[in-house]
Amino acid sequence: MSKVRAPKSPGRPGQASSWLATPTLVFLILVILLPLLITVVYSFLSQPSLGTGVKWVFSTDAYRQIFVQEKLDGTTAFDTRYLKVLWNSFYYAGIATITTLLLGIPVAMWIATRPVRFRAMLVLAVTLPFWTSVLIRTYAVRQILDETGPIGGFLKIIGVGNSYQILYTPWATIIGLTYTFIPFMILPVYASAERFDFRYAEAGYDLGAKRWTVLRRIVIPGIRPGIIAGIALVFIPGLGSFLQPDMLGGGKTNMIANVIANNFGQARNWPFGSALSVFLLIFTVLFVLMVTTGVRSRGDQVRLI
Amino acid sequence: MSPVTTSRPRRRLVNLSNFPLFRGTSIAVLVGMYLPLLLVVFYSFNQNRLAQIWTGFSFKWYDFVFHNDDILRALKNSLIVAVVATILSTLLALGAALGMLRMARSGRVFAWGLLGAPLLIPEIVLAVGTLGFFLTIKVPLGHVALILAHTAFCIPFALLPIRARLAGLDAAPFEAATDLGANEWQILRRITLPLLAPGILAGALLAFAISLDDFITSFFIAGPGATTLPVYIFGMIRSNVTPAVNALSTLLLIFSATLLLAVYLLNRIRRSD
Repeated sequence: MSKVRAPKSPGRPGQASSWLATPTLVFLILVILLPLLITVVYSFLSQPSLGTGVKWVFSTDAYRQIFVQEKLDGTTAFDTRYLKVLWNSFYYAGIATITTLLLGIPVAMWIATRPVRFRAMLVLAVTLPFWTSVLIRTYAVRQILDETGPIGGFLKIIGVGNSYQILYTPWATIIGLTYTFIPFMILPVYASAERFDFRYAEAGYDLGAKRWTVLRRIVIPGIRPGIIAGIALVFIPGLGSFLQPDMLGGGKTNMIANVIANNFGQARNWPFGSALSVFLLIFTVLFVLMVTTGVRSRGDQVRLI
Repeated sequence: MSPVTTSRPRRRLVNLSNFPLFRGTSIAVLVGMYLPLLLVVFYSFNQNRLAQIWTGFSFKWYDFVFHNDDILRALKNSLIVAVVATILSTLLALGAALGMLRMARSGRVFAWGLLGAPLLIPEIVLAVGTLGFFLTIKVPLGHVALILAHTAFCIPFALLPIRARLAGLDAAPFEAATDLGANEWQILRRITLPLLAPGILAGALLAFAISLDDFITSFFIAGPGATTLPVYIFGMIRSNVTPAVNALSTLLLIFSATLLLAVYLLNRIRRSD
């Protein structure tokens, strides 16, 4: 600092020395970045013959195990089990993204066209489940879908309930994902819809366009940033879901997170679990980059965080 | 509102609420969001051992929850971790929010990447990575490990309301303070922090809710001695002790909802300033 203080540029209100951010960044490097790096390291180590953890011997076995199965007689065969798990993860997360989109856009649009004082209440109503435990919400879905639950009971009363079984099927997982992730779709779409100038839609009507044409050609393009953010916020975390397939799919409809958890638990194959974890991380980073760069090139403003 | 503008919004509302199925879908989705949770509350008062066969009203599962030593111990673990992680993450988030305003662009991009990571990276990836990392550097599983891991993923949540409030600050008091010769520390203590207070409190409440509800990370990091409430509930669900789960879930839902309403009210303070 010079002796005569030049009139500093006013800067942003509240700004302080950038050193204040240092402890946070150091902490996050230690507790977020290093664990991610150690996962990569673990994925290239070997499984100890006894107990949990890793043996510090370089190996690419973990990655081979994703595609190749070693039989007891020493021969190897192409293994589709884990490819199927990967496919399941994309498939379930994908379907859940589509259903949250189909349900979420109408809700977001409807809220955005309510009078202002109702909007705040409706947004609060959508946000409230967003902050409650995923475990409890998944459990609640399980209770609804159970054969002894209200749906099963109703079907039995009207006489068609005898073959009712949706819990422990892929559909239960998809319903659970849709249920737990729908606020992630509604909120960003609403944020866009609220800023959308509905006079454009009105102009469309005045020029003789039909409702669906207005929706398709004017409204949807207008709220596109929110839709893209919503898709990303449902699909990306959806891909890594653990509780919904575990509690609703009943272990029969595994997603990648369930296999990772199992390998750090009962199966005790940490290098393999780490390799799958690295896969999931790479997919996540790719999708985030796709959304942020793809969107930037179209000139939309999408905020994921 | 002036009479000139009233006719427009009304026409707009009529047109858009007429999109087929919009109103119906919205009401169905909102009801669908709350119905499963209301059913949990309803079943929590069921006297029957089988949660889903209603035989009469009873508080006995609440009685069970409040007198079960394992549940109370898990609650205590959860509260210890949540309180410490909330304090640490709120302080770290505050430092990041203030410090990043003056960072160079490249530094800010890096910082945002780090701060956003816990929101975007699947929790299972971070959880098993943290498990491996702690075992490698010999941090024993338990309270300390849980506090460190929870602090990390609470920081972005604590940051959001602080940053929102920071962005809405008026420059005038800062310019006045600078003109009157206040130094950076005085400005921080006497102007910035009091103006940010509602945002800081809102951030702390969000961090607390997030920590208290966390399952996956706690499941891997808690170890045998520091089981948290959600991890304990997960175990109860696996072994089918359902009526008590409903009571416990109801209590947690009420608590989370109360925290969120407090955050909502704190965010409204901005408007009345």
